[in-house]
Amino acid sequence: MDQSGFENLKPRLVLTGIAKRYPSVVANEDVSLSVRPGEIHAVLGENGAGKSTLMKIIYGVTKPDAGTILWNDRYETITAPAQARRLGIGMVFQHFSLFETLTVWENIALALDEHIPTAQLAARITEVSEKYGLPIDPYRLVHSMSVGERQRVEIVRCLLQEPKLLIMDEPTSVLTPQAVLTLFKTLRRLASEGCSILYISHKLDEIRALCDTATVLRGGRVSGTAIPRNETNESLARLMIGGELAECHLTPREPQEVRLEVDHLSLISSDPFGTSLKDICLKIRSGEILGIAGVSGNGQKELMAALSGERLSPDASMIKLMGRPVGTLNPAKRRAHGLTFVPEERLGRGAVPPMSLAYNALLTGAQSGMVRRGMILPSVMRSFSKAVIERFNVKCGGEQSVASSLSGGNLQKYIVGRETMLQPKIMIVAQPTWGVDVGAAQLIRQALIDLRDQGVGLLVISEELDELFNISDRIAVLAGGRLSPSVKPAETSIEQIGIWMSGKFADVMPGASACAPSRLETADA
Amino acid sequence: MIAIVPMVASTVVAATPLIYAALGETVVERSGVLNLGIEGMMLIGAVAGFAAARATGSDGVGFAAAAAAGVALSLIFGFLTLNLQTNQVATGLALTLFGVGLSAFVGHNLAGLPVERLAPITIPGLTAIPVVGDLLFHYDVMVYLSVALFVGVQWFLTKSRIGLTLRAIGESPAVAHAIGKPVLATRYLAVIFGGATAGIAGAYLSLVQTPMWVEGMSAGKGWIALALVVFGTWKPTRVVVGAYLFGGVTQFQLFAQGFALPIPTEFLSMLPYAATIIVLVIICRDPRTILLNQPASLGHSFHPTA
Repeated sequence: MDQSGFENLKPRLVLTGIAKRYPSVVANEDVSLSVRPGEIHAVLGENGAGKSTLMKIIYGVTKPDAGTILWNDRYETITAPAQARRLGIGMVFQHFSLFETLTVWENIALALDEHIPTAQLAARITEVSEKYGLPIDPYRLVHSMSVGERQRVEIVRCLLQEPKLLIMDEPTSVLTPQAVLTLFKTLRRLASEGCSILYISHKLDEIRALCDTATVLRGGRVSGTAIPRNETNESLARLMIGGELAECHLTPREPQEVRLEVDHLSLISSDPFGTSLKDICLKIRSGEILGIAGVSGNGQKELMAALSGERLSPDASMIKLMGRPVGTLNPAKRRAHGLTFVPEERLGRGAVPPMSLAYNALLTGAQSGMVRRGMILPSVMRSFSKAVIERFNVKCGGEQSVASSLSGGNLQKYIVGRETMLQPKIMIVAQPTWGVDVGAAQLIRQALIDLRDQGVGLLVISEELDELFNISDRIAVLAGGRLSPSVKPAETSIEQIGIWMSGKFADVMPGASACAPSRLETADA
Repeated sequence: MIAIVPMVASTVVAATPLIYAALGETVVERSGVLNLGIEGMMLIGAVAGFAAARATGSDGVGFAAAAAAGVALSLIFGFLTLNLQTNQVATGLALTLFGVGLSAFVGHNLAGLPVERLAPITIPGLTAIPVVGDLLFHYDVMVYLSVALFVGVQWFLTKSRIGLTLRAIGESPAVAHAIGKPVLATRYLAVIFGGATAGIAGAYLSLVQTPMWVEGMSAGKGWIALALVVFGTWKPTRVVVGAYLFGGVTQFQLFAQGFALPIPTEFLSMLPYAATIIVLVIICRDPRTILLNQPASLGHSFHPTA
């Protein structure tokens, strides 16, 4: 990769003064950037900084309110994705735009504007996928593919149209660290062939490793531009959040008695596209955080449902809370035993969207004094709700505001706060900071650590490895519905966990299973 | 042996309207739209076809009028559910009620009047073959067109690119919109197609099966067609097999009643429904079959947001 290659070239894409205002929020205001052929250009910013909106404007999904797009020296008004594709702009979405019940070639055929006979298209898919090191079988059904493989389909779909500009929206959030390296190789190869790449991310290490230039967005405006390899994580973070990145710290603490025990739990997924749980064993003690890493779709949803009681286990003793078998109890009864949980979907599972925050407190807090003789005590409910809002700094119009009116981060703070203040003995949290801005994420992580220090046992399921390394006493990996043995973060590395994430923990530690007392767990006890 | 021939012939006649209605609804549902108004569109088609055929003396005009009437009703449904995004279930039910009432009102003076039954066509050389000719080559033109429709729908859904787009839209209209597919237009065309076939199915009742106009003459066949689509797991082949099965058992029990078997007639009347349900339940006993084949967006409104 020779940097000087593109620096003298004329820009391929120039955005000037782009603005997009929604009734309640300004997504983009006066955003300008330019990309040259062969340049990997990072668009860096927190969640909600306006990165995705900007990309959708370039790809013709969203119409800008102001500003101009100069493409190859011509002003263009891009009104539809098909038009963007004709100009040579391809986009790989953060949430994949694939049809699960269709095959790879059908998915690709749908996005192509020209008609290519099936056999010929399949041959081209194989050819392009092999050329860029992204092997895929054109006749496979998408729902049988892993998330990483689906991303390959997305990328190959773009590459078949020989794009001049490829937009990648948070491409690594669903990949194992090893898959990220492969992806980077592909992107560098593309860039060396003259393709421009717009790389959207909030992961600073990745941007410094991959990108030639960076435009940083904050609150919808450009807060700076940089050459990432000349910057540090701290200096980029300052541009991104306008302050310092605070770190969480775990003070070493001796875990106490076992509070949650899962014993040889196997459960067939009820969703044909889901992952069945296979022989899961884990123990959580008082005052410790067990982090569960893994790429989404490897059984996280199913594990959450089994632990919360949404799915019942075949045998009551497969899940024990405080030593009592609860495997066949419903969620309300498990809550009565001191379990609380924060599900991944905030709207719909964590909170009822059209109801007020106060009623949403009642939803899980009914057993803790808000209801007497079947009647709601509104004053208790409201004061509880107010306390959560105040303690967790939830930005909202008060406890009467409707759950769906809050931003993702604020609602998550409210839900975590609600579950925390119910004084649990065990708390299970799925994707605690997904789509949450850095400040709120920090507050949520600290709240989880505070709970641990008060002696609560926590299970945190997350895709963010950095986060898990930060807040976990032990880390285990869920891959293909199986759970690896758990290790202390200090005794492992991101690379090691990455290998486990691809399901290879049995190879690394022969005979190791979370169920057998492993060397590591014995050392730990 | 020879008793089989009239039974097969009447089975085909009984199954044909179901095939038209159910194949149309298969295409509609594959696009993600649930139109519960088949019964209403069939009745409107029946009365419109009957009136037009009587007025002009031409069955061709009758079937064309029936298709047009079905399309008109389906356009109301399309406008309400696709443009105004009303609830598809409620709108479909309302469409059926509307169709029942409107057809009775329009057809008030037509009830009991005669019309010439659409005659079977004679294929030189083939119809004359003993047994085989009677079994296969002695039907009216709409029966042969229903076979062509089946082949066409099957090809459209599995082989054509527009069919692929339609299936994709049925699975995820949001994704289809994001890659630039015309969701509303495609769904409109599907709904219109379903309206036309339901109208033709209705006219088949009033011009071939009965042949006269009787108020409420579809007698639940629209609902049977809907059930066939679901139990046939949205696959044209299974839908057609289900339709012939239902028609066959219906005719069998009529013949059986004629033989005065020592079985209560209520049980025999129940037989077509029970047999169809049992066979189709066996076909799709694995819940995954339904989950994998059911269009994921079925019944959900879609609002394209810019």
